[in-house]
Amino acid sequence: MTRAVISSGPIGGNEPVVHIDMSTDLDGILMPSPVLTASGCAAAGRELDQFFDITRIGAVVTKSVMLQPRSGRATPRMAETPSGMLNSIGLQGPGIDVFLEKDLAWLTDRGARTIVSIAGGTVDEYAKLAARLRVSEGVAGIEVNISCPNVENRGQVFACDPDMAASVIQAVKRHSDPRTPIFAKLSPDVTDIVAVAGSVVRAGATGVSVINTMLGMVINPDTMRPHLAGITGGLSGPAIRPVAVRCVWQIRQAFPDLPIIGMGGIRTGLDALEFILAGANAVSVGTVVFHDPSSPMRIHEELEQALVDRGFRSLAGAVSYAHRPPDPVFEEDDLDFISE
Amino acid sequence: MPVQVKGEVLDIRRVGSYQVLSLTAPGISDIARPGHFVTLGIGGEESSMLLRRAFAIHQVQSRGVYGGTLDVVIGVHGKGTRWLSERRRHDVIDIVGPLGRPFILPRERVACVLVGGGYGSAPMFMLAEQLRERGCRVDVVVGAATEERLFGVLELKRLASTLTITTDDGSLGERGRVTDVLPELMDRVDAALVYACGPMGMLQAVADMATARRIYSQCAVEEAMACGIGVCMTCVIPVVGEDGVTRMLRSCVEGPVFRGDRVRWSDVGTIPPDTLGAPVEGGH
Repeated sequence: MTRAVISSGPIGGNEPVVHIDMSTDLDGILMPSPVLTASGCAAAGRELDQFFDITRIGAVVTKSVMLQPRSGRATPRMAETPSGMLNSIGLQGPGIDVFLEKDLAWLTDRGARTIVSIAGGTVDEYAKLAARLRVSEGVAGIEVNISCPNVENRGQVFACDPDMAASVIQAVKRHSDPRTPIFAKLSPDVTDIVAVAGSVVRAGATGVSVINTMLGMVINPDTMRPHLAGITGGLSGPAIRPVAVRCVWQIRQAFPDLPIIGMGGIRTGLDALEFILAGANAVSVGTVVFHDPSSPMRIHEELEQALVDRGFRSLAGAVSYAHRPPDPVFEEDDLDFISE
Repeated sequence: MPVQVKGEVLDIRRVGSYQVLSLTAPGISDIARPGHFVTLGIGGEESSMLLRRAFAIHQVQSRGVYGGTLDVVIGVHGKGTRWLSERRRHDVIDIVGPLGRPFILPRERVACVLVGGGYGSAPMFMLAEQLRERGCRVDVVVGAATEERLFGVLELKRLASTLTITTDDGSLGERGRVTDVLPELMDRVDAALVYACGPMGMLQAVADMATARRIYSQCAVEEAMACGIGVCMTCVIPVVGEDGVTRMLRSCVEGPVFRGDRVRWSDVGTIPPDTLGAPVEGGH
């Protein structure tokens, strides 16, 4: 970890915009910006490219793709909640064949860096997806979604069991290109997220993506039944941000050098800064895109300004800065030597 | 291509049970077509209501002192629409649009019947105007529970060859539903096209009637959306494709206007078992 270099005086004010080094390196994925899209909130980049240049953000993290086409769950799939939303999509998607042919090919042509999120019902399915990506152009990294709350029975989510999580990551590691970084996307709905992180790291994950949505539920007061057709759904948005920051902090404390992509309710550059200071090397922005489709670039710019305002000369210098030792406290006696 | 702009409230006025909100919308109003919609950000920058609300574009003015304006019709259903209804002149609202696939207009001069349920008549104004400009005969049917819930009756009377009104309680026009008067009208004018916007149940009934008469129908659906731009996958409905395969399509980008004979209306809210990628057993 690099400590921040604090310049002597504040930069900024009414002066022209100051640019600092915002690049980040996720174990070989070199990115000009630490701001990524969050899986499931950006489809495969094409729609958002209408609102900002998707090649300027760190990477597009695509919606989790499965082996086969998948219809997802019945509607209603969504409920607005205080500073957040509940979703129960159920991984609707075209399947890996169409994804590679249409979506990944488009992203590659467009010149975007792409982290492909994969999801499966079995360990074998993840292995097959990894093998397909191995022979595909334009995969900067793989995010392994082992924590989508909208599939199968809640008890079956791989990320809730350190051993199951490890077996998925091992399979992906074994079948993917050894040079391709692998990020395990973790669930906050566990007693000890550090234990799960440790398990996936030992299994070969390059880093972790923290956090997926939290399992939640809304009852409709009019129908007096669960609002979502899928009954439960994943909670996202600013409502879960403190939980996400805590998860990043705990994992960073346990793994000083582990690449971490932090996410959960980021809406502004200052929100992103919290994650960076807590230990994230990059951040993903998700639900805010529904509120403000231009937000990824806005957040990049606000984060840069926030770093400049605090005297940082690079993004890297701010990573984990909240973990620094306490500022020295001088007792009056200690200062005697400077008194006349 | 949609854009995101800050719109200024020029006017907000009550019409029956609804509010008509006029906004500056540079870059949107000049390319908007009938059936397009916009989404509006709710509650300002620090809002706890994250999801944008979607509204059919009612009217546009592409020139003038404000450099492009648009009107949307708001029915207050909850906290978000109430917040919108409380906006005042000069307030600023974040707008994204124009969104979705608009109504398809006929190349030939054919008779068109337009059906609006409640404030579903809002997008029919622009549509009626453009159809008239093409030389099409336009007949309009509007229906609602009560007179208060109808929208734009006077203006529509001016735009249409005939206007038929139905209300459930008989407070204005004929007592009953739009579908009570529709078959006779379609036959009388020899309709080639039916356009509809309104509640799902009405759309189903209108589409079925049109299809039974081999009349092409285009229905604009109102489905709950989170993003409005095609990334969230919440607004899906089952639609049969050219290849005969049912897919869950996004109302925001593959709609909101769908061919009435392609939507599996009775299955909306479900995943029909023969949908592409439907769960094999138990559900997912």
